[in-house]
Amino acid sequence: MRTIEELLNDSPFYHGLPTEVLAHVAGCAQTARFEPGEVMFRAGQPANTFFLVRHGRVSIELHNPSRGTITLDTVHDGEIVGWSWLVPPYLWTFDARAAEATSAVAFDGACLRGKCDADPGLGYALMQRVAQVMYERLQSARVQMLDMYGAPT
Amino acid sequence: MTAVEPHAPAADPMLPRPFRVVAHHLDTDDTVTLSLEPMAGDPLEFASGQFTMLHAFGVGEVPISISGDPTWPGPLVHTIRDVGNVTHALVGAGVGAVVGVRGPYGRGWDVADGIGGDVLLAAGGIGLAPLRPVLWEIADRRTDFDRVVLLYGARSPSEVLFGPDLERWAQECGIEVEVTVDYAPPTWQGRVGPVTKLISRAGFDPHRTLALVCGPEIMMTLSTQALLGRGVAPDRVRLSMERNMKCGVGLCGHCQLRDLFICVDGPVLPYTELVDLLDVWEL
Ligand SMILES: Cc1cc2nc3c(=O)[nH]c(=O)nc-3n(C[C@H](O)[C@H](O)[C@H](O)COP(=O)(O)OP(=O)(O)OC[C@H]3O[C@@H](n4cnc5c(N)ncnc54)[C@H](O)[C@@H]3O)c2cc1C
Ligand code: FES
Repeated sequence: MRTIEELLNDSPFYHGLPTEVLAHVAGCAQTARFEPGEVMFRAGQPANTFFLVRHGRVSIELHNPSRGTITLDTVHDGEIVGWSWLVPPYLWTFDARAAEATSAVAFDGACLRGKCDADPGLGYALMQRVAQVMYERLQSARVQMLDMYGAPT
Repeated sequence: MTAVEPHAPAADPMLPRPFRVVAHHLDTDDTVTLSLEPMAGDPLEFASGQFTMLHAFGVGEVPISISGDPTWPGPLVHTIRDVGNVTHALVGAGVGAVVGVRGPYGRGWDVADGIGGDVLLAAGGIGLAPLRPVLWEIADRRTDFDRVVLLYGARSPSEVLFGPDLERWAQECGIEVEVTVDYAPPTWQGRVGPVTKLISRAGFDPHRTLALVCGPEIMMTLSTQALLGRGVAPDRVRLSMERNMKCGVGLCGHCQLRDLFICVDGPVLPYTELVDLLDVWEL
């Protein structure tokens, strides 16, 4: 069986981090599996964890009383789910659900925050990666908001 | 069979030829594919990416790309989204109705320039229609290309065009097909998110890729940025430009974009000719 460090090293998110840093991060991680349809977290709940998807598909969902549940984004192999663990008040803002059988690496947010506080070098390296993910998601959300395939006005 | 060369338009370029609607297929709530046969004379030969001026008699005339298979002799095929007066009349033209056709016009995709390398096709919304002929052309000569990847984005699952074709290209033609929608109900089994997001992860070798992009202008701008970011050369990115047209043959200037007449210089143009002309968006 492959170690968590090896799994992290293969992922685009952690790729390029020195081995000792990966070992440090791996200390806050464990593997996780989700059945199709299983809820990984719900909006409003404490955001204690975040996930690196190894295999599978995760839907990021929003429940709107008038439109029902809408999938806003899907997260696939090698991508990250969740960053609310980083930002107070550490509460999830959306629901996440395994849309198919999904294996992931789950990170303990409080543990990682502690390590980042103690080691600003690690903190900076992680923040750079999380910022990249956040930037891509923000861009995606803005493009979606444009409704570019909507009826021409 | 290989794609045919476009032939010269008829002698009077402003005179539409009557074509009869022989099939009318509802693709989505607002989009229809019409198959047309000439009431007299030869069927049209065309190159992938070309368009015709389609005439709804008594209503008006609009440019519409040809969405049929250029390697297969058969009716002239157009996929039309109902957005206004003329397209509404065309979408409502049932089997037996007569419409006018001028063309085919314009410069197409020239996918043969991608032979020996990878081809990346990025389509958004109705933008899959002008790329459909090139997908059939590639399927017909699949071994001439290495990896062929189609990234297609639609607004929602019910607005995905050409479902059976997407399946065939993926299952039988060795084309990697990724479909994504902007929003979906939880029952949707595919990807959600903008098509532009797929480019950064798609499997192609940017240094030997020909990229063909068609969709709303903002989608083409962002796709081009993502392609250039991956290392695709600017002259290997081709975009199909839409501008309002009247004559379709370079006479009236309606489609002019600085020194380009989109109807004759395009609609397909390399990014290098469009660098300063596309809207720049800061998102
Ligand atoms: C080369 C080319 C190929 C095209 N291929 C296709 C195709 O395969 N299928 C298809 O459905 N449409 C295609 N179009 C777009 C089509 O020509 C327009 O939707 C049509 O001209 C609208 O005419 P209308 O009278 O129905 O609507 P109008 O009443 O003229 O316009 C209705 C709305 O559509 C907008 N609009 C008009 N023309 C365009 C345009 N060119 N691009 C974007 N918005 C426009 C108007 O601003 C208005 O908001 C193509 C356009 C070009 C230039
Ligand atoms: S449409 Fe008349 S010049 Fe292009």
